[in-house]
Amino acid sequence: MNTQAITPNAKPELVCPAGTPAALRAAVDSGADAVYCGLANETNARNFAGLNFTPDLLEQGIAYARGRGTKVLLAVNSFATAPRTQLWFDAVDTAARLGVDAVIVADIGVASYAAEHHPQLRLHLSVQAGASSPEAIRYYCSEFNVKRVVLPRILTVTEIAAIHREIPCEIEAFVFGNIGMMSEGRCSLTNYVTGTSTNMDGVCSPANAVHYMDLPDGSKTAGLGDFEIDCFAAGEHAGYPTICKGRYLSPVRKEPYYAFEEPVSLNLSSLLPDLIAAGVTALKIEGRQRSRSYVQAVVSAYRRAVDDIAAGRWHDLSGLVALTEGGKETQGAFQTKKWR
Amino acid sequence: MAEENLKGLMLPVVIGKLLAPLPLFPLQFILSRMVRGIAQRRPEFFARLGSHIDSSYAIDVTELPFVLLLKPNPRNPELTAHRRPDKVASDASIAGPFMELFKVLDGRGDSDAMFFSGNLKVSGNTEAAVCLRYALDDLEGSVIEDLLHMGGPALMPAHLLLQRLRRLEMQA
Ligand code: SF4
Repeated sequence: MNTQAITPNAKPELVCPAGTPAALRAAVDSGADAVYCGLANETNARNFAGLNFTPDLLEQGIAYARGRGTKVLLAVNSFATAPRTQLWFDAVDTAARLGVDAVIVADIGVASYAAEHHPQLRLHLSVQAGASSPEAIRYYCSEFNVKRVVLPRILTVTEIAAIHREIPCEIEAFVFGNIGMMSEGRCSLTNYVTGTSTNMDGVCSPANAVHYMDLPDGSKTAGLGDFEIDCFAAGEHAGYPTICKGRYLSPVRKEPYYAFEEPVSLNLSSLLPDLIAAGVTALKIEGRQRSRSYVQAVVSAYRRAVDDIAAGRWHDLSGLVALTEGGKETQGAFQTKKWR
Repeated sequence: MAEENLKGLMLPVVIGKLLAPLPLFPLQFILSRMVRGIAQRRPEFFARLGSHIDSSYAIDVTELPFVLLLKPNPRNPELTAHRRPDKVASDASIAGPFMELFKVLDGRGDSDAMFFSGNLKVSGNTEAAVCLRYALDDLEGSVIEDLLHMGGPALMPAHLLLQRLRRLEMQA
């Protein structure tokens, strides 16, 4: 492992999830350099009932974070659909009025609106935009003055380094949390099953379509809409039914199997020095839908790791396995394209 | 240590047994005052429930001799106790051991673990339950302490019980 100290201005920013004001405070207090959050509507990709911020709560969150030197980013990263586009434009106006440090956008129309009406507002390109080539990223930079791209989780570290050399903006990469199989912003599985679109309504596996059923033998099924997504033996940890992580029956297999992906979490703790060397300026932790104690644990661990790497010390993040889904972790495509 | 752990697990059972023969009427009065007090002190909890303020939640604490029914509409919040095995109609129901729910209301529980560990059983309207989970997770500090402060010096013995439960829970 590379334990050479990095220069202070190469020290990456730790970008942390805040689904609620309590999670925001937990992330800030645990050492986040920036937190990202969303408004309580379809304008962001974690539109779950009970989650997110009203403009008033966002204002209070910004005051709390600023007072402690932490930036606040607002995700307005679902796709604006006619005739409801005003909802997304209002979210951008709110972000500008409250003085967030950046807005994370995916939709070209929303990016265009922000660039035209609020040229002083810093724009980050959401992972939902799925921009994975230098050409696509340069287009967003030149057309909308995007300052940072959040890269899709389909690139190896070597590919990230190559992209870094060819683009004029910063790179943010996911390092921990939930990981889906699909190219971001393109997945229609939830839409197919529930009629609600992950990309346009901002929610994958909406809770109002989720149902659990206890069976007489002690096992439990987890369903979404009309489909059974998984079945758990008595005593087995019953996860939330996400289609890409479901176990399915197939006529050609004896046992139910994970057709797309197993329930695992992305954990790039051992790749952090390589990511930094590849030109990644911001490390993102996924999990706006997770509890504040989860946020506190993951952010604290990554804070220590980033500080250790910056100081040239060895860093140990082995304790994070306990916070991964089902105790399983992966480096996904960041290590190799043959990860599944 | 093992003996202490055992006591930690037994205490809620003992509390449940002590409550079993008591009539529900005085308890209904206390519960009603409690939920109204929380509605005043913690309006953010009710705001976070959004449209689910009109949902009803059955809270089934394994060791208690009754099931609680929460109707969290802040204009008229209700918390009532219902004898087992009477059927309590609710939109969502959450069932689990006393210590799990105690930790959450005392501001130290992990709502992820609470809902997905298997220690708690969630049934009915999943959206209502998930929404309640977020609302609980957004509550900082101890709701139990809030309740005890509302009761004034008369609840001094309950403060001591709270300290004891916290110690037992940490040792468990
Ligand atoms: S189903 Fe999986 S890949 Fe598709 S949006 Fe949901 S988490 Fe992402």
